[in-house]
Amino acid sequence: MNNRLSQLFGQKKRNVLSIFFTAGFPSVNDTGGIARALEKAGADLIEIGIPFSDPIADGPVIQQSSKQALDQGMNLKLLLEQVKQLRSGVTLPVVLMGYINPILQYGIGNFCRDARAAGVDGVILPDLPLRDFNEHATLFHDNDLSVIMLVTPATSDERIRLIDQTSSGFLYAVSASSTTGARVGFTAEQEDYFRRLAGLGLRNPVLVGFGISNAATFQSACRYGAGAIVGSAFVSMLGNSTNLEDDITTFVKSIRSVS
Amino acid sequence: MRRFQPNEEGYYGLFGGAYIPEMLFPNIEELRLRYQAIVGDAEFQREFETLLRHYVGRPTPLYQATRLSEVHRATIYLKREDLCHTGAHKVNNTIGQILLARRLGKSKIIAETGAGQHGVATATVCALMGLECTIYMGQLDMERQRPNVERMKILGATVVPATSGNMTLKDATNEAMRHWINHPRDTHYIIGSVVGPHPYPDMVARFQSVISQEIRAQLTEQQGNPFPDYVVACVGGGSNAAGAFYHFLDEPHVHLIGAEAAGHGVESGESAATTALGRPGVLHGSKTLLMQTPDGQVIEPYSISAGLDYPGIGPLHAHLFESGRGQFLNATDEEAMKAGIELARLEGIIPAIETAHALAVLHQLEFSPDDVVVVNLSGRGDKDLETYIRWGRY
Ligand SMILES: Cc1ncc(COP(=O)(O)O)c(C=O)c1O
Repeated sequence: MNNRLSQLFGQKKRNVLSIFFTAGFPSVNDTGGIARALEKAGADLIEIGIPFSDPIADGPVIQQSSKQALDQGMNLKLLLEQVKQLRSGVTLPVVLMGYINPILQYGIGNFCRDARAAGVDGVILPDLPLRDFNEHATLFHDNDLSVIMLVTPATSDERIRLIDQTSSGFLYAVSASSTTGARVGFTAEQEDYFRRLAGLGLRNPVLVGFGISNAATFQSACRYGAGAIVGSAFVSMLGNSTNLEDDITTFVKSIRSVS
Repeated sequence: MRRFQPNEEGYYGLFGGAYIPEMLFPNIEELRLRYQAIVGDAEFQREFETLLRHYVGRPTPLYQATRLSEVHRATIYLKREDLCHTGAHKVNNTIGQILLARRLGKSKIIAETGAGQHGVATATVCALMGLECTIYMGQLDMERQRPNVERMKILGATVVPATSGNMTLKDATNEAMRHWINHPRDTHYIIGSVVGPHPYPDMVARFQSVISQEIRAQLTEQQGNPFPDYVVACVGGGSNAAGAFYHFLDEPHVHLIGAEAAGHGVESGESAATTALGRPGVLHGSKTLLMQTPDGQVIEPYSISAGLDYPGIGPLHAHLFESGRGQFLNATDEEAMKAGIELARLEGIIPAIETAHALAVLHQLEFSPDDVVVVNLSGRGDKDLETYIRWGRY
C-alpha cells in the first residue's frame, strides 16, 4: 500500500500531529475550509469524524458536535463529496473515523469505492469487530484504504500484536479506558502503557489519542510514539471560534509550541 | 435444536454479534468466555433458584382468565409476572446478573432503564447484595415514571438523567455504555433486555427462560399438555417475550406472537414498531432490526409506554421475525390503553402499559374456540397510574 499515510510515516517518524474534527461542524460546509486551514497551519494528518446519532464511545464535546452536524443535514454521502472537493487543495492524508452503522447502510463496498475516489487514505471504525473486518478486508485493501485500529491500556500484548498485524497506516493508541474528551495530563500508569507499546516492536507507527489537549500532553505522548491525535480540544475550539482560519492557526501553533 | 440459539460469536442467523469499541473488549470477552460456566455451575443454579423462589416469589401463577377468555372466544391464561417482587419480570434477570457480577468480582453496578422497572429491579438486587448502584434513565422517562425514580432512590441507587436525544431508553443506554467504557474494571453493566453485544442477549434470555419453563409445567398440570397454541408477549427489547418463548422455540406448532408499540400509528412518524419500520443495522453492540434513516442515523422512537420506547429489538427477535418463526403485531397507544382498562374491568388486574400492548393484539388474532393462549403479563400498572389518570377514559 502506498497512499499518503505511508508516505507521511515514511518521512516523519516523530511529532506527527493529527487533528480530529467532526464533519459538518460548526456549519455543514465548514469541512473543507477546516481541512485547508489545518494544512496551512502545519498539521500532518486530518481525521474527519462521520457523525452518528448514538456515539457511545464519545464524550460530551464530540456528542454535541455530531448532533449539531446531523441537525444541519450532514451525512456520509455529502462528506464524501466534501472530501473530493477539498482534495483540490489539500495534500495531507485524510482519514475518516466513524461508527459502523452509517457505513453499513451506505454499503461497505460502495463506501470503499467512493472513499478512494474522493481521496480518502484510511478509516477508523471503532465498533467494527476484527472478525467482521477480516470478512471485508479485501474491499479496503483493494481500494488502497488503510484500516487503523484501536488499542487501549487494557489490551493484552498478544491482542495488540494481532491488531497490529491486521492494521495498516498507523495504530491508534487510546490513552486511557475512557470515552473521548480533553484531559490535562497523563498518570504514571498511562506512561507505563505508552512505554509498553513502544517496547513491543510493532510494525505500525503508533499515534496516541484521547485526552491530548495542549502542548504538554502532546509532547509527553510524542515521547513514546510517532505522534498524537487531538480531538475534543480542537472541536471545542471550533465551537467557540469566530474566525476559523485564524483560530486554527493559533491552535496548531499552541500544540506545537515547545515549553 | 439449535436454530434459535446463538452461535459462538453470538449470531442468531444474520443478527447479533458484538459491535463494540476496543475499550469494552476485555469486559465483553470476559463475559463471553465465562458466562456459560458460571451460569451452568450447580452452586450458581442453587442460589439463583432459591432467590427466585423465596425472594422473587416464583413460580408465578398461571391464571386462567375466564372473563377475558369469553371476550376472545379462546382459553386465555395469564402468566403473572406482575406478581414478581418489584412488579415485573425484570427481576428474574437482575437476580441472575447480580450473582454473575459477584462471581466476576465486580463491586459496582450500572444499568439503563426505560419504564424504571429494570432500574428498580437492579436497585433492589444491589441493595440485597450490598453493591453500589447507578441507574441511567432518560429525563423524559424520569418525568413519566416518577414513582419508580423515587423507588430507586429509596433503595439506595443513584439515578442519573440522560439528557441527550429524546431523553428516553436509547439515550439512557448510550450513557450507561459510556459509563462502562470509563469504569471497566470494577463495574458490571446489568443490561435490562435481550439487547446489547453478545453474550448479553443469550444471558438475559436464559435468566428469563424460567417463565416458559414454568408455563410448560403449569399447563401440564392444569390441562395435561405442556403446549399452548399461542404465546403472546410485548416486545420492547424483548426480554419478557424471550423468556416466555424460550422453551417453545423449537415447537413450531406453538405460535409465538410479539406485540410492539405503534405509538400514534406505524405510519405516523411517532412509533416504536421496529419490525414494521426497521432495517438491519447496528446499535448498542449488536446487529439487529433498527429504525433508522437511509443514512444510518437511528430514528427516535415514540410510545406512550416508556418500556417499549426503543428503536431496536433483540437479535433473537430479529431472527424470529426474518425466519418467520415469530409473528410481530403492533398496537397503538390508544389500543393499548383500552386493553389495559379492559383487563382491569374484566379480571381485576391493572397491567403495566407495556403489557397492555400484548393484551391489545389479542383483538387482532383469530382464535378458534379450543385454542389455548398464554399472555405474558409482564408487569403491573402501579408505576403507570399517572399515565392512566392523564389518559382519563375509564
Ligand atoms: C412491565 C414491562 N413489560 C415489558 C417491558 C419491555 O421490556 P422487554 O421487551 O425487555 O420485556 C418493560 C420494560 O421496562 C416493562 O417494564
